[in-house]
Amino acid sequence: MATSKVNKKVFDSEEALTTVKDLRTTFDSGKTRSYEWRISQLKALLELTEQKEQEIVKALCNDLDKPPLETVAYEISMLKNSCKTAIKELKHWMAPEKVKTSLTTFPSSAEIVSEPLGVVLVISAWNYPFLLSLDPVIGAIAAGNAVVLKPSELAPATSSLLTKLLAEYMDNSSIRVVEGAVDETSALLQQKWDKIFYTGNGKVARIVMAAAAKNLTPVVLELGGKSPVIVDSNSNINLQVATRRIIAGKWGCNNGQACISPDYIITTKDYAPKLVDSLKTELESFYGKNPLESKDLSRIVNSNHFARLSKLLDDDKVSGKTVYGGEKDESKLRISPTILLDVPRDSLIMNEEIFGPLLPIITVDKLEESFDVINSGPKPLAAYLFTNNKKLKEQFVKTISAGGLVINDTTLHLAVHTLPFGGVGDSGVGAYHGKFSFDAFSHKKAVLYRSFFGDASIRYPPYTKTKMRFLKALMTGGLLAIINAIFGKS
Amino acid sequence: MNNNSLELEETVKELGQYFKTGKTKSVTWRKNQLQAILNLVRENEDAISKALYQDLGKHPVEAYRDELGGVEKSAQNSLDSVEKWMAPTKSNIPLLFFPAKGEVLPEPLGVVLIFSSWNFPIMLALDPIIGAISAGNVVVIKPSDQAPACSSFLANTLPQYLDTNAIKVIEGGGDVCEQILLHKWDKIFFTGSPRVARIVMTSAARNLTPVTLELGGKCPAIFDHLSNPSDFKMAVKRIVGAKWGICSGQACIGIDYLLVEEKYSSEVIELLKKFIRKFYGDNMVESRVLSRIINKQHFERLCNLLKDPLVAASIVHGGSIDETNLFIEPTILLDPPLDAEIMTEEIFGPLLPVITVNKIQESIGFINSRPKPLTIYAFTKDDTFKRKIVAETSSGSVIFNDTLVQFLCDTLPFGGVGQSGFGRYHGKYSFDTFSHEKAVMHRHLCLEIEPRYPPWNKFKLEFIRLAYRLNYFGLVLHMLGLKKHN
Repeated sequence: MATSKVNKKVFDSEEALTTVKDLRTTFDSGKTRSYEWRISQLKALLELTEQKEQEIVKALCNDLDKPPLETVAYEISMLKNSCKTAIKELKHWMAPEKVKTSLTTFPSSAEIVSEPLGVVLVISAWNYPFLLSLDPVIGAIAAGNAVVLKPSELAPATSSLLTKLLAEYMDNSSIRVVEGAVDETSALLQQKWDKIFYTGNGKVARIVMAAAAKNLTPVVLELGGKSPVIVDSNSNINLQVATRRIIAGKWGCNNGQACISPDYIITTKDYAPKLVDSLKTELESFYGKNPLESKDLSRIVNSNHFARLSKLLDDDKVSGKTVYGGEKDESKLRISPTILLDVPRDSLIMNEEIFGPLLPIITVDKLEESFDVINSGPKPLAAYLFTNNKKLKEQFVKTISAGGLVINDTTLHLAVHTLPFGGVGDSGVGAYHGKFSFDAFSHKKAVLYRSFFGDASIRYPPYTKTKMRFLKALMTGGLLAIINAIFGKS
Repeated sequence: MNNNSLELEETVKELGQYFKTGKTKSVTWRKNQLQAILNLVRENEDAISKALYQDLGKHPVEAYRDELGGVEKSAQNSLDSVEKWMAPTKSNIPLLFFPAKGEVLPEPLGVVLIFSSWNFPIMLALDPIIGAISAGNVVVIKPSDQAPACSSFLANTLPQYLDTNAIKVIEGGGDVCEQILLHKWDKIFFTGSPRVARIVMTSAARNLTPVTLELGGKCPAIFDHLSNPSDFKMAVKRIVGAKWGICSGQACIGIDYLLVEEKYSSEVIELLKKFIRKFYGDNMVESRVLSRIINKQHFERLCNLLKDPLVAASIVHGGSIDETNLFIEPTILLDPPLDAEIMTEEIFGPLLPVITVNKIQESIGFINSRPKPLTIYAFTKDDTFKRKIVAETSSGSVIFNDTLVQFLCDTLPFGGVGQSGFGRYHGKYSFDTFSHEKAVMHRHLCLEIEPRYPPWNKFKLEFIRLAYRLNYFGLVLHMLGLKKHN
């Protein structure tokens, strides 16, 4: 059983090459293709998640001060569900898909066969370090691949726990964890992978994709963006419920450090004060009068991000705009839930993904303007709308381009396995969850079966006018045209 | 179109603005454009054939069969199906989230860039354009400068039929490509060689632009022993027709080399020779049935493959060249050295190495020790062997007992894996490749679940556990205070 002893050996290009070679040997042996192997690994992951819950909760506490309930709800339970879905559906996912063939290729039969890509690399993020490491790994395993997981070094307790647990529970000949930071990641990126799955930010995503380009490796990039919330003043929404859902999505998700957290709100000028009041009331009922001390909120991950967020608050352009919160405790890396009202569009806080407990509110005269506000920026990973107005909902769905949209709630679509989870434009490439994970790590091979019966001589030279006529009919006409062609009519 | 970089910038900007007006999203617009492509192809058959003959010496039947007919079929299919493809797909939402509705809605990506290659310069330009248009995008098409007559044709004719605000042709060579790649695109669709694909993808990485790369590879044909003489004859006919009848072997899914058991190799070669003579006659230039090599550069490349003395020694048929007319005779080689360039690089020409193995099953290992090809062809009636090939090899596609027809089957995804590319198109896959599948979830503001919110306690934790397990009964008991929790 491998232990998490400190390994002084440097993980360089040579080590990375050896790792990939080992995994490729395993993959080439065909071991990971069998249904039995895949199920055994998925079950092992499930067991790991069930048996080590306390250790996982502890690691996330260390890394992020994540409230145990959040860990259980968002990391552990979601991962368990993902495992169970894969175990339940795998046979069905692995089955070839029969495909209709047309008259043009008669007689023939065809199917699409899913096959593993080979040896894949999963690079995970620090904010949901357990879920975002293992959820993609579930997809990779279900699809029959060998996997290297590179957890984020910014969540070190989880990273070393993953190393220990995966070594203990999983097949080490095909599933490995490589810990480290920039150097180790670079060493990994120099190797030839059959797929790279990256969760993180746009800057590193560009480096990953450029590295992938050298080997023509396909990628999935799960990034982020500024996920907006539009709150409609005019349709008599239940403001309390709406507010609670916004809070749950923002501060209830790792204290705003989540890719699909509501980033900012857009509402009309006259409604804003009402919204602010509602937010204040509900925030207090959730986190008490001293939210800086609340045990139900994660802390900021590290001093770099703390400084980054402080800078957003210190920006001259937002001075005087804070209407709630704004308290900081640098020693504990804590920032209290903060609301800013009427921030200028060119402020720092409106020009980068916040990824923290600050919630700016933008006001507009007419709610329709909110669509232009959103569409004038990069496409976000998610966008939210609270309204009872059917027409507004339709407009929203039609006009706003984002990874995913939720109406009258926030972030929930993450938990629905029948919806593809991924971005568009700057928020990413590709999608996963449920069967989409299986597909993301598979090659869909087209297989066409033909027989030796009935060869069309029109295929071969010498080429004549008759053949040309028949060919045209065969390709674009239906049965009638073919019959016509046979009898010499054009 | 002037290749001035300022003009290019203007073009891209205009396209983006036009896309933002939403005009290209309407089903009417899409259908009009698809109909326009149909009209273009039908009304310009002669002009297109002429351009193809000029660029590649393609016979009109080949031009129709491999290019025009395909475009027509694709455009008609898209026209008939686009409305269906545009419709959202319902997703089942677990009861836990009741009341909720989920769906996946396809939407256009925006401003897309298509690079087409020179070997099927009409088909490989228009077919991706059909996909891009049916998905509601605006398009820039950059045809290959190595097929200049076709490139000109597209530049002159597309504006006469299509919405010039939405579809633009940019002509030029490598320097123009470089310029184009400096801009931000919402998708890049590239057909061509792995070398250029790397450049395209590296460029795309700067803007996180998704790409589809349709490349090639050495597509092998496994030729198992066929005891029925008419099957054997038909198989050879199909191989000959596919190798030399399609742009003289200059096709990404063309047969690159043959794998056959040693004891049958002479039989196979004899029959290959027979059909070559039957189809292409003795004077290939005059018969005008074979395409010529695209240009001097590729002609020299192919000649060089034959210069290696060991390779030259393995020629068993053909080998003669006509430098003036850029023709290379259909050539068969028997067991050239495996480390020669002809066996390590994609041939893309009328040279067919026949590689012999002891037992045909060895073909699998042979193929697996090389980069994954776009297609594997296998001529066999052995069902066990067929299953083995499908299960143990990896390629874009596998075709049994025929060649090339997969290109016409628009219910099958067409694309590569590994070095032969990634992404796919044809039929609905074209529509999908140029779309973003947006997840949409609808909820209501009634029926609130209290345990969703802090402050956290044991009760809420247990509730959430049960909820995740979709243990509805347990949830009810829990709410009623009747469930024991640890």
